[in-house]
Amino acid sequence: MPTGFKDLSGNQLDALREIGNIGAGNSATALSQLINRRIEMNVPNVTIVPLEEVPELVGGPETVVVGVFLRVYGKAPSNILFLMPQDSAFYLVDTLMGKQRGETKSLDFMDQSALMEIGNILSGAYLNALFNFTQLALLPSIPALAMDMAGAILNVVLVQLGQMGDHALVIETKFISEDDGINGHFFLVPDPGSLETILTAVGVE
Amino acid sequence: MPDLVKVGMADYKVGKAPSTLISYGLGSCIGISVYDPHSKVGGLLHIMLSDSSQSRATDNPAKFADTGIPLLVKEVVAAGAVQRRLVAKMAGGAQMFAFANTTDIMKVGERNAIAAKTLLKKMGIPILAEDTGGTCGRTVSIDLNNGDYFVKTVDKGERKI
Repeated sequence: MPTGFKDLSGNQLDALREIGNIGAGNSATALSQLINRRIEMNVPNVTIVPLEEVPELVGGPETVVVGVFLRVYGKAPSNILFLMPQDSAFYLVDTLMGKQRGETKSLDFMDQSALMEIGNILSGAYLNALFNFTQLALLPSIPALAMDMAGAILNVVLVQLGQMGDHALVIETKFISEDDGINGHFFLVPDPGSLETILTAVGVE
Repeated sequence: MPDLVKVGMADYKVGKAPSTLISYGLGSCIGISVYDPHSKVGGLLHIMLSDSSQSRATDNPAKFADTGIPLLVKEVVAAGAVQRRLVAKMAGGAQMFAFANTTDIMKVGERNAIAAKTLLKKMGIPILAEDTGGTCGRTVSIDLNNGDYFVKTVDKGERKI
């Protein structure tokens, strides 16, 4: 088994990409049904990046984003973070609340609650798919939301990894709605010990 | 254009006037600066965690308060600062996500701030200003011309502490 993220083989990376694909596919379907729009997603990126470079994936550490964070409990503890650019989050709220596009200019309590619920539903769909594939039962925590600099939000996810090493394994999928108004990044960041569990569960050792 | 030196996560940089050292998007991380006003030499350290002994990976001392601060001080002294003239400023250590039942991982910022303060005090380096805690991400910078320390947040813009 790999001792560090850097030692992962091509096969193992492929398996992780497939996990991301199935999970995110399920999530994209859920999102699409919620807002009644087609959602496109890319082939997931499985990347092993130095911790300090992770914020670059979402446009740099100072970009203002909305993040919904969930801690994943169970046999393969992980973190889930759903990041949206501010404009996308506002548009998503407009869509969910039946408002005109552009009406939402800040997030009140109801708006935040709605976005957290989106995070909840997407994570649930993702983890369900993961369960069907790996038989690993994973439970998400209640979601938490923040609107702030991307670097600051990613900090939370990366700090735990920082205790174990200098690199993060990030399974990232990008969502884009058909009218281009909503896009988001879904990150699954397994704790270092969890990686082994996931890979064993899919039979790629 | 001032000479802007970027300090990444779990990293530090040492410089002298007219440089500005800057670290973008700190959440629970803390940006600790030490500065010698006489020689105008200083450094900025971006720590993620408080205590290296609690962790498995100890390869990067700049990641932790307990190993990063002594390293930073050593390096600024090597660059021409005098240790007894050093003054410190710090900002960061926010709690970005508020959970109903705050678990241990959510208190990282608070622990970072306490660890940094304790260590600076032990080393006899006075903390002239600090802006820690809260729920906001921060970008921090120190202007090595005069030791001014700036904190920028999304809501409040940039201000000097």
